Amino acid sequence: MSSPSNLKRRYRADKRFKLYGIAAIAFSLCFLTFFFVDIIGKAIPAFEQAYIQVPVTYNEALKSNYNKAIPKAYRRLVSKAFLRTLPQKLEAHPELLGTTQPEWALANHRVDQFLKQHEGHGLKKKYRSKVEQLYQEDKIEFRFNANFFSRGDSKMAENAGVLAAVMGSVLVLLITILVAVPIGVMTAIYLEEFAPDNKFTQAIEVNINNLAAIPSILYGLLGLAIFINVMGVPRSSALAGGLTLALMTLPVIIISTRAALRSVPQSIRDAAYGLGASNLQVVMHHVLPLAFPGILTGSIIGLAQAMGETAPLLIVGMMAYIPEAPSSILNAATVLPAQVYTWSSESMRAFEERTAAGILVLLVVLLSLNALAVYLRKRFEVRW
Amino acid sequence: MSKAKISVSNLKLWYGNNEALHGIDVEFQAKKVTALIGPSGCGKSTLLRCLNRMNDRIVGCRVDGNVLLDGNDIYAPDVDVVELRTNVGMVFQKPNPFPKSIYENIVYAPQIHGMVDKTGMDELVETSLRKASIWDEVKDKLHEPGTALSGGQQQRLCIARTIAVKPDVILMDEPCSALDPIATAKIEELIDELKSEYTIIMVTHNMQQAARVSDHTAFFYMGDLIEFGNTSDIFTKPQQQQTEDYITGRFG
Amino acid sequence: MMTTADVFTWFISAIASLSIIAFVYARFTAIKIEQQEGRLHSRPNFFGWYAVSRLCVPTLGLAFLYSIFHMAGLINSNLLLFCVSFGAGFIYLFLGLKHLHKDFRARQAVEKVSRRLFFLAALISIFTTLGIVFSVLFEAFRFFTIVPLWDFLTGTSWNPDTAFLIGAGRDEGGAVPEFGSLPIFAGTFMITIIAMLVAVPVGLFAAIYMSEYASHRVRNMLKPTLEILAGIPTVVYGFFAAITISPLVVHAAEAFGLQADFTNALAPGLIMGIMIIPFISSLSDDVIRAVPQPLRDGSLALGTTHAETIKNVVLPAAFPGIVAAFLLAVSRAIGETMIVVMAAGLRPNLTANPLEGVTTVTVKIVEALTGDQEFDSAFTLAAFALGLVLLIITLVLNIGSTIVVRKFTQRYE
Repeated sequence: MSSPSNLKRRYRADKRFKLYGIAAIAFSLCFLTFFFVDIIGKAIPAFEQAYIQVPVTYNEALKSNYNKAIPKAYRRLVSKAFLRTLPQKLEAHPELLGTTQPEWALANHRVDQFLKQHEGHGLKKKYRSKVEQLYQEDKIEFRFNANFFSRGDSKMAENAGVLAAVMGSVLVLLITILVAVPIGVMTAIYLEEFAPDNKFTQAIEVNINNLAAIPSILYGLLGLAIFINVMGVPRSSALAGGLTLALMTLPVIIISTRAALRSVPQSIRDAAYGLGASNLQVVMHHVLPLAFPGILTGSIIGLAQAMGETAPLLIVGMMAYIPEAPSSILNAATVLPAQVYTWSSESMRAFEERTAAGILVLLVVLLSLNALAVYLRKRFEVRW
Repeated sequence: MSKAKISVSNLKLWYGNNEALHGIDVEFQAKKVTALIGPSGCGKSTLLRCLNRMNDRIVGCRVDGNVLLDGNDIYAPDVDVVELRTNVGMVFQKPNPFPKSIYENIVYAPQIHGMVDKTGMDELVETSLRKASIWDEVKDKLHEPGTALSGGQQQRLCIARTIAVKPDVILMDEPCSALDPIATAKIEELIDELKSEYTIIMVTHNMQQAARVSDHTAFFYMGDLIEFGNTSDIFTKPQQQQTEDYITGRFG
Repeated sequence: MMTTADVFTWFISAIASLSIIAFVYARFTAIKIEQQEGRLHSRPNFFGWYAVSRLCVPTLGLAFLYSIFHMAGLINSNLLLFCVSFGAGFIYLFLGLKHLHKDFRARQAVEKVSRRLFFLAALISIFTTLGIVFSVLFEAFRFFTIVPLWDFLTGTSWNPDTAFLIGAGRDEGGAVPEFGSLPIFAGTFMITIIAMLVAVPVGLFAAIYMSEYASHRVRNMLKPTLEILAGIPTVVYGFFAAITISPLVVHAAEAFGLQADFTNALAPGLIMGIMIIPFISSLSDDVIRAVPQPLRDGSLALGTTHAETIKNVVLPAAFPGIVAAFLLAVSRAIGETMIVVMAAGLRPNLTANPLEGVTTVTVKIVEALTGDQEFDSAFTLAAFALGLVLLIITLVLNIGSTIVVRKFTQRYE
């Protein structure tokens, strides 16, 4: 018999052990909260952008030098992205010539960051009082930053947006789906329904498990060496990126499709075989439709993984400066995570909040995709 | 005895290196019910699955010997198993309707075999369900899922689905083992009706059932056919000691 | 002149429309035969698919051969591509059309082709592995003709800057480039160790709590929540480590009177560890739950506390699975790229101080392959040599985890 004091000690040890578990969970949850609060806090300012009211004089000089359209005092406060549109505007509306109009112009990122009171805004001392005065007079106001969603990348932070990167991501993922899903599903069908049980089949299975564990950056090396250097796919193109990610996603899709196929009960196959359905008919008419929700879920998860992937895409050159959405899969493109990466290495303070905002967009899409996968799994889960 | 529908001679079967059937010779009569009985693992289900080559799919399964259906070897190299299985239908231990509507369950096989055009479908569904004595219970819910029926109804749906292909032979692998006594009684009644048109070979664990519904009975033990004969003879005056021990419940 | 994209589009449209024609023709022929001569062996649709397969197999096969020769630079004639591949397809199709009669086993023919198609798909995963191995091996081999393997593995100084000039033929008698990879691997392992020091205790205790203490409902909420950590893109973690955690580490170090670099090893290591927590916790949770209940009951019935049962019975039984999870997690940490690219340093540094900046294998690969590439310069090729080592390490870890699971998992039946 153990003495009561010994028992007490053992119970204390028991409690402590459970506490370690709670602490581990709490640590993870705290980190998750801290992480989201930090990212969202950094991102929110990016959704507002300063606009400044300036008198624009439409004169002949503007056609050759757009800086001449506004008074000198404003030139350092207004974004070039606004000024360079003026010559076209004058061409489209010749009646404006010789007039002076008050117009709301996109403010320079320094003005924007200064008014948001961010450290490292970079606005020179001599402009600060002027900006504050304009802000008091309501000649500067903050508006929803629609440019962030309607523009591509730009060297002018105030004009930079995620549109080109989002379009790039869509193109890349489209290629990834079109290549990886059919091949992955067919591989899984072969392994589950057709393959003879021999050494070669086992080799394929071992190989797929290994592929799933290979670091993504090595897929980048494959993409660079095979797709770009040997097959001549243009560097930085959505095609190069999409094919690389397709190979990377393949094991995920194969593994989840096999699980889905395996969950279809043998009795359904027996029933169909017993009625004289052929091998292919059993798969196409019965097994595949029943496994479809599982395949869909697995594909969405694989897709979400591919969407957040950056490293292999850097290797195939998808971190180029892309101000316009790509028009074809052979043109240079960038993707959302790569855009986040390039912005994060920019020194201008305004890019930091844009990086965070880009991250927020990425996270919202990814978490929605994952939630969709969970929902589909719950919705179509069949108990046999 | 009348002409044999299926005759099996010297049939041996291996799972890997394990010989599961040691040279079976047996003849199944047309339009009769033959029951295969014996303790678990005796090879009766294995034999049944040889008759429509469902064993083909099992890895490492090898068959030697002859199985003649109407005088044609079903293991001959030019035999199409798909055609074979349309002639030799099968009903399984656990009811396994497709997770589709009752209607689709019935028309699936005739459709893939191109046996019937669109106009004949409704008629085929009705006759099949009627023959399986389930029409009255389901005629108002033909488009509801087959899986929503009770176990006994599901099994009769599976029988109807098999009949829809118009087979000559129906194999039944313990068709009542997952059912309650009332549902079992209905299936047994149905089997009795069906034998006027079909050759039925059934595996059963339930000796009363074998005695009730079958014309012939084959007793298997350890991969050998011990005794085969008229059901009444087997149950009243078995020739072999092992058969007697089994049917009197001394082992098994 | 047609671009590759044009050729591709034309080829695909041509083969698609011809396939439709072949399908419809064969199907109608079959239906006609059925009306005149009685029931066919196979359904008319199979006849259609048979015709499609007769057309597509030689056409696509030859087009594939052509692309290989084209990539090798041996032939470049679109006319040749179209004539030969479609020509062969037509001939094969017409020979096949003779088979369209009542007893033709179109279904078997189609099934054979489709089974081969599935098999080809399965081969792609093999080719992917071969592709990775050979692309890395080939360039790495070229690297080792310039830099001796021994120097690469044991050298303590990585200073490749001048290699780029030599490769470009502008060697102005500067310093000799050095490719000693030891400091790079030291940095990789330091960050990996930091990550595992975070991930293993937290992940393991989280798994123990979820599988042994938490109610079913709580567990069902906690598990997906923790898995969010694994779903966050690594580029996001990299930003977070560089912008938020690194300054925190520097300030904390200052509070203790220590000097820390902004590219210290601690920040990426910590964040990588957090990223790996769900990896360890999910896999461990699964193996802990696979330990049969009777084993626990037996121990509890002897009068042990819950914690003692877990420590003495459950964890030892689950140990092989946990080790396998650990090995996979290490391989994940070593191969992780974005966190270290954004938060760790670029300068190879042989140090044991986690507050200093270190660099890693993946950082060097990214550095060498983004921007200008010269495939005859050791600077670019070094990336492939590093990639080769990375590949070998991950394969060994992965195979190791498989062996651990196979050899040491207890069977409870």
